[in-house]
Amino acid sequence: MTQTLLHNARLIDPESGTDTLGALVIEDGRIAEILTENIKLSDFPAGKAIDCRGKCVAPGIVDIGVKICEPGERHKESFRSAGRAAVRGGATTIVIRPDTDPTIDTPEMVRFQIERAEDDAPVNVLPMAALTKGRAGREMTEIGFLTDAGAVAFTDCDAVVTDTKVLSRALTYAAGLGALVIGHPQEPVLSHGACMTSGQYASQLGLPAVSPLAERMGLERDLALVEATGVRWHADQITTAAALPALRRARAAGLPVTAGTSIHHLTLNEFDVADYRTFFKVKPPLRAEEDRLAILTALVDGEIDIVCSMHTPQDEESKRLPFEEAASGAVGLETLLPAALQLVHGGYLDLPELFAKLSLNPARLLGLDCGRLTPGAPADLILFDPDVPYVLDRWSLASKSKNTPYDLRRMQGRVLATWVGGTQVYAEERK
Amino acid sequence: MFDHRHLLGIEHLSPMDIAAVLDRADTFATTPDSRAVRRDSLSGLTQINMFFENSTRTQASFEIAGKRLGADVMNMAMQASSIKKGETLIDTALTLNAMHPDLLVVRHPNSGAVALLAQKVNCAVINAGDGRHEHPTQALLDALTIRRRKGRLQRLTVAICGDIAHSRVARSNIMLLGKMENRVRLVGPKTLMPPGIEKFGVEVTDDMAAGLKDADVVMMLRLQRERMDGGFIPSEREYYHRFGLDAAKLAHAKPDAIVMHPGPMNRGVEIDGEIADDINRSVIQEQVEMGVAVRMAVLELLGEGRG
Repeated sequence: MTQTLLHNARLIDPESGTDTLGALVIEDGRIAEILTENIKLSDFPAGKAIDCRGKCVAPGIVDIGVKICEPGERHKESFRSAGRAAVRGGATTIVIRPDTDPTIDTPEMVRFQIERAEDDAPVNVLPMAALTKGRAGREMTEIGFLTDAGAVAFTDCDAVVTDTKVLSRALTYAAGLGALVIGHPQEPVLSHGACMTSGQYASQLGLPAVSPLAERMGLERDLALVEATGVRWHADQITTAAALPALRRARAAGLPVTAGTSIHHLTLNEFDVADYRTFFKVKPPLRAEEDRLAILTALVDGEIDIVCSMHTPQDEESKRLPFEEAASGAVGLETLLPAALQLVHGGYLDLPELFAKLSLNPARLLGLDCGRLTPGAPADLILFDPDVPYVLDRWSLASKSKNTPYDLRRMQGRVLATWVGGTQVYAEERK
Repeated sequence: MFDHRHLLGIEHLSPMDIAAVLDRADTFATTPDSRAVRRDSLSGLTQINMFFENSTRTQASFEIAGKRLGADVMNMAMQASSIKKGETLIDTALTLNAMHPDLLVVRHPNSGAVALLAQKVNCAVINAGDGRHEHPTQALLDALTIRRRKGRLQRLTVAICGDIAHSRVARSNIMLLGKMENRVRLVGPKTLMPPGIEKFGVEVTDDMAAGLKDADVVMMLRLQRERMDGGFIPSEREYYHRFGLDAAKLAHAKPDAIVMHPGPMNRGVEIDGEIADDINRSVIQEQVEMGVAVRMAVLELLGEGRG
């Protein structure tokens, strides 16, 4: 029975909402004990007591909606490279998207992903499966078999099901199995071909744009179906102020609904696109500053539960194109925490509140026992310095794709070490 | 002074820059005799016209302008070239760049594509129209035409009518006329108005009578039927009835108002044939003529930096 002690640490526990100096004992891959005083270092053999030097220990991030480009586009991101990016960014569990090529829509494909993850990724990898075959919106997938194979949620990602009858049946079937469905709230016809949010700036750039109301329309439809079917449902990204009242009403009515947003929509706005910078092309498109602030407020107020990276690797080729033609998406595994720490440094959230959005709430949504610093919980932990400043260099990222919108931005906060199931999987190289 | 490496849009130009281009263009426009304006200021320089989108008049205008200044002009028909074989815009640009052109005139169907290309080449790049974004030489030739006809380019009321949403000509003109302190009105059905356009410092209306009232200049836009992916207007005849420029609607403008159109025209859709041909009101042919003069000015100003 081996024990590891992390002492002289700021323990950030989102469950109790505390930020206290103390120590934590890891035993058999789990958190064995939390100590806040009378720590006897002599009980621990050399090397098994780690001095955290007053830096923060928090439960590792549970990132819902990560894209690993296996199968199909391994040159953009593999299980190995995504795993390295995850540990460096402080994500100890990644919930991966089925929008690969081909789509993850059979139990065999789910097993393939689990095997690949076990071989190559040092973090917990939980696959999601498509809700409809090929994400084509015509026939539902084998939700039962897929659940048995290990799929933790069902989503067609940004391929919104246009046929409401198909969606209604898929949600009804999923509800019968108690499956979790993740939706992308968007009116699919209205948003077709759009790469910006409509308004003065998109009009000036002459880019096809979609009204922010398309998100509310998509959300209202999906919530009506949740009401009709009782399915457990999570919105992947709520990004507009106009969508919030619908979310509020659904909550008030007691529907089994949760909502997330991406770190990009919390920290960037449409003007960041500047003169057609394709690294800022994401789905849904970046919003007006008023929307960003409304979403930030909703996050602080607890109306939005989860912040994710929406990690979407794209290679240089697919981004070095005219804006309309360029691929959507941004990598985010390594920048999620430092970008989210802006919200702490800006005074919007304290650290335990932030880790509720990053770790505890997503863990709860998926029924995982991680995401908290509680004896018995898995020792999925990160040690980080919330204050260290640096300028981000995209070529320093571990992801195969370097398409981050934060390139050359001033960031604050960095992960120093990561443990998954009590095993240290990352330590920052000391310079 | 014209201290720019490229001409990518009106957005980047100051009122002084605009005046500099127009003053230079005026020297080319004073005589219709092409021998009199011929010079060799671009002699030895290579100008490549890359049109990723069909164009007759703009391409011809740039070609004549370059040739009158002594440049070696080459037209690349991009529709038929390697772009169809899957080569990216950047690769095409790098290939061309290796041939060391001095002036690159580019039209592309995607907004921002010309600016993207300009980042990758060493020569001067002139935007001959990118998507729905900008068409700076069109706005400059319109400005030159107005200035010559009205004797000034300030404090005029200009009504821009029709399909604003799909028009790069409208965007460049709104910016240019605004920078030169004119009053700009946009007239058209709401389906053809881009969202947020009222924040550009313009007045917006869907009533031709109100929009044309006391206007000095009436600028009609082509109804871009090829861009309509369905149902922006109920029918051409209703459009013509409500927004087509005919004598009755033109009567709301000032008696000496001029009528402009960037071409090619859809007679009987956005403009009545008789108005278009009325030599007392229509300056449409003069716009084409000024097009050559403005493009000569732009080529020469950008080429001067490269001697």
